[in-house]
Amino acid sequence: MPEGGRRVLEVLGLEIVFHTRDGEIHAVNDVSFSLAPGEVLGVVGESGSGKSVTMMSLIGLLPSPPARVCRGQVLLDGENLLMVSPARMRQVRGGEVGFVFQDPMTSLNPVFTVGYQLAEPLRRHMGMTKRAARARSIELLELVGIPDAAARLRDYPHQFSGGMRQRVMIAIALACEPKVLIADEPTTALDVTIQAQILELLQDLRAQLGMAIIWITHDLGVIAGIADRVMVMYGGQVVEQAPVREVFGNPQHPYTRALLKTVPSVTGARAARLEVIEGQPPILTSAPSACSFRDRCADRAAQCDRENPVLRAIGGGHDVACHQSYGGCPA
Amino acid sequence: MSAALVQVRDLKMHFPIYAGLFRRQVGSVKAVDGVSFDIMAGETLGLVGESGCGKSTCGRAVLRLYDITGGSITIDGREIGHVPQSALMGMRPTMQMVFQDPQASLNPRMTVAAIIGEPLDEHTDWSKAQKLDRIYELMDQVGLNRQFAHRYPHAFSGGQRQRIGIARALALKPKFIVCDEPIAALDVSIQAQVVNLLETLQDELGLTYLFISHDLSMVRHIADRVAVMYLGQVVELAPREALYHNPLHPYTQALLSAVPEPDPARAQTPQSRIILRGDVPSPADPPKGCNFCTRCPQVMARCKTEAPIFREVTPGRFVACHLYETVN
Repeated sequence: MPEGGRRVLEVLGLEIVFHTRDGEIHAVNDVSFSLAPGEVLGVVGESGSGKSVTMMSLIGLLPSPPARVCRGQVLLDGENLLMVSPARMRQVRGGEVGFVFQDPMTSLNPVFTVGYQLAEPLRRHMGMTKRAARARSIELLELVGIPDAAARLRDYPHQFSGGMRQRVMIAIALACEPKVLIADEPTTALDVTIQAQILELLQDLRAQLGMAIIWITHDLGVIAGIADRVMVMYGGQVVEQAPVREVFGNPQHPYTRALLKTVPSVTGARAARLEVIEGQPPILTSAPSACSFRDRCADRAAQCDRENPVLRAIGGGHDVACHQSYGGCPA
Repeated sequence: MSAALVQVRDLKMHFPIYAGLFRRQVGSVKAVDGVSFDIMAGETLGLVGESGCGKSTCGRAVLRLYDITGGSITIDGREIGHVPQSALMGMRPTMQMVFQDPQASLNPRMTVAAIIGEPLDEHTDWSKAQKLDRIYELMDQVGLNRQFAHRYPHAFSGGQRQRIGIARALALKPKFIVCDEPIAALDVSIQAQVVNLLETLQDELGLTYLFISHDLSMVRHIADRVAVMYLGQVVELAPREALYHNPLHPYTQALLSAVPEPDPARAQTPQSRIILRGDVPSPADPPKGCNFCTRCPQVMARCKTEAPIFREVTPGRFVACHLYETVN
């Protein structure tokens, strides 16, 4: 990706704190990233690493309280989304930024027909008439590969299978041709054969519509297949960010390296034992003052306990937050 | 390899559908429809398939958690297919289960010691001290700190809860354990810990596993032989390497090609990926002929009228497909 090129989305120094009865949880700490038009950014990390929270905060989907965005900027084409009015945010949501949620079973409203739910953003954001919205809905359902689209508009979500429902979700997110599509684990609840269908579909759509996609997942295989750039999150921070081949070919952060080793493959040699990352992910009760990965890290040094490493560029669009890799050769 | 510990023959599990004013039976969901396999002592048989293909039902039926519709199940030399539930009580210690969701399968009102010790209360007449010794021993085996014995499940993480579930399954020194998606609810880095634990326990205690999962790469790691299920039937059963290197059934081929490769250098070209069209048909109304004929890329006229027979095409490899009918 060319440096200094146009960015459709830019996030700077985002910090999110949850206020709970048991104290504060610092879910997102100083997260910055950007997205070029037409780019696919893969976001990986374990549950609790703050990847969903980060993305949901971009379009104000976090309930507040308990969540509070303490610091940072979210620039969508230069406009700071954290400062806009609720009315403007409603225009952005579904209009300029589409969102596909993880669970297709629960994110469609069971009491409205699929046709109604598809037409809603079209009528609201694009000001279409009922008739025009219906025609466009049929187009959208055909686009995502649902056969007999016109008839299926009258069906309710429970009449669709899991894969079909996820397609409907994608159709709704695409309805207003957003500049950015955020897909939060869109295929995790689906089977591999259906997942392959959805991946193929989204790649076609991206080629046709030229939108940027943020793809959140914990499946490294999916990332390898579709992403241009990968962002690895751990403990509410971005620990590594690089083009996809760099991340898989030359991972710098020990967490990324460990993560790549824990995943068995269906091809290649089979290890006698799986590599494991010992221990548990951290609970973030305060802003990090030391490396959050140090308890599980094999290369832990004294510096790791004193100082939280910041994300630093090591060349080739590759950023890493680790004390060890600074001294080591950035191969 | 030694003799078969578990023998399943033509296992059928149909769930009736009632409808209408008088709740008459109008049909049945054929969740498992004629499944046969053997599991050798000390072996891990992987059972893979998409959701809804009947793999969990199959695992539960093998342990007689259901009253099965037909077929026979022999575990450790005893036929248990049609024994009444009350008579199965004595058999239970040899066969145990690890459940998918460690959140739901542990009673939140019982301490860890009570959960792990419950099978001992039920099946032994040991003293309290004896039981507690055994509970501590089990906690050591699965890598849980003894000091946590009197805490409640909510105080543990997902991986630790799954360890509690495994300790409970081990309490009575079983020979055969059905692991029903034991890692599906866990994070990637924790999955590896639990799989390694299951393998260590197998080596130490000589356990036999039926490992049910939809994660093909994990099954490749843990299983010795793999059975692939589609719509209530096993379509292919083969040793691990043979199945992953050279899948025979078109469904297995599609399933394996759909698994994303976590290495962009080796990621398949889009041409080599077989994308199946459409969805799995309803098990209440399976298609005529071969179950897979509605989505099979290599479908023939014969497939739509005649169901293929599950047969051994080369030693140790079983396939249910007309393509291999002539191979001997």
